[in-house]
Amino acid sequence: MSAFTGQLVRELQLAGRARADVLNPVIFLLLAITLFALALEGKPEVLREHAPSILWVLVLLTNMLALDGMFRRDLDDGSLEQLLLSPAAAGIALLDKLLVQWLVTGLLIVLLSPLLGMILNLPATVYPLLALVLLAGTPAVSFIGAIGAALTAGARRGSALLALLVLPMLVPVLIFGVSAVNRALEGEAPRAELYWLGAISLASLMAAPFATQAGLRITLEQ
Amino acid sequence: MKDMLKRLWHRLGSPRWFFQMMAPWQWWLGLLAALLLLTGTFWGLVYAPADYQQGESFRIIYVHVPTVIVAQSVYMALGISGFVLLVWRMKLADVALKAMVPFGMALTALGLFTGAVWGRPTWGTYWEWTDARLISTLILLFLYFGLYALRESLSSAEAAGRGCAILAIVGLVNIPVIKYSVEWWTTLHQGETITLTRIRMPPEMYIPLLINLLGMYCLFGYVVIARMRNEILRRERETTWVAAWLRGKKDDVGNGVIDGH
Repeated sequence: MSAFTGQLVRELQLAGRARADVLNPVIFLLLAITLFALALEGKPEVLREHAPSILWVLVLLTNMLALDGMFRRDLDDGSLEQLLLSPAAAGIALLDKLLVQWLVTGLLIVLLSPLLGMILNLPATVYPLLALVLLAGTPAVSFIGAIGAALTAGARRGSALLALLVLPMLVPVLIFGVSAVNRALEGEAPRAELYWLGAISLASLMAAPFATQAGLRITLEQ
Repeated sequence: MKDMLKRLWHRLGSPRWFFQMMAPWQWWLGLLAALLLLTGTFWGLVYAPADYQQGESFRIIYVHVPTVIVAQSVYMALGISGFVLLVWRMKLADVALKAMVPFGMALTALGLFTGAVWGRPTWGTYWEWTDARLISTLILLFLYFGLYALRESLSSAEAAGRGCAILAIVGLVNIPVIKYSVEWWTTLHQGETITLTRIRMPPEMYIPLLINLLGMYCLFGYVVIARMRNEILRRERETTWVAAWLRGKKDDVGNGVIDGH
């Protein structure tokens, strides 16, 4: 078993055992969308009109909740320090961590997207495109967010700080994401937006392992 | 030439050398900034002709434009300092990072404020959510907030510096994408917003603007060097040269030249 798959299995096992950590943010997302539906008094046309914006803002916030604990357990029990001892293995291990972080939030949201679309009263014809847009955009949220999580893992009041650092950098994802869903609702294929989201996700996948590693080293030094 | 630059680069590794070298620079830049800003502002506010469309209200350009341009330059300088700090571990780069963040934050806030004040008579609104430049400046302000907050929350000074360096670099890489995305968004939404008509400015209008822009850059230099020198004193307060410098200051015999031993 290579280092990559070994670490991947470990991360997946850890995620499987801390089920509450995985499920709580997603339940928060469902709850928050329900609150929006209630606050807009369940008016279907109002809900549908604002659905893309509501959905994307809440996806970002849900990710902030999920990212908050990304490194904390490993930091507390000392395994993070072991992980970073060898620079070569650290890169691979962090890549695994990033992928699993996306699997348990981004991919989960993608799988839930038909349900979210239903609560927001979107027509069933856009569900495939909605899932595709989320599939293209959520990796960027997890990977860019992980850089912030690495920097704030050891900080006091880390969660508010994490959001403050990361959310401004996620403005492009929000804009292209909302624009893509809007275009899908108009019956067009949101090609340009999807390309942009995919490009941002891939670029952040390249940069994030290095930046998180540097951030974690800083966190451990304190 | 190459050797000179190389020597300068190595000397920048010594905060003490920087502190001593920059003392005259600080005062000259301060003086120059005051002169230029006073000239440019006075010229712009009193002598420049009024705009044929906007009347007198356009004069806020002489404060607004230099502020915003320099606010963006400060973030660029932050990213470069961050890179220098991470690659060469230069202590001075960390001092520069710390010195520049509040200045850049204040300029960005001032830029937003003057923009809003200008927007009221020109566009009929303080804030326009469909204008790309307003939004990207607002996001720049949040990026500055993030840098400031991160430094506040990391306990060790060294860790705080390197953390801010990473954040500044990531932010700098992100800024073009943010700008592009915001423009994308506003061109989709664009409806009845009145954009500032691109008027060809006559020289008597843009020369004071250039003077103020130059003055603002000098102010940037002055403020950052002054704050950096203060920070160096604070960080090196246990060393003999700071003690000697302070003594020299008190006895008023040091004359700015310090002999460390």
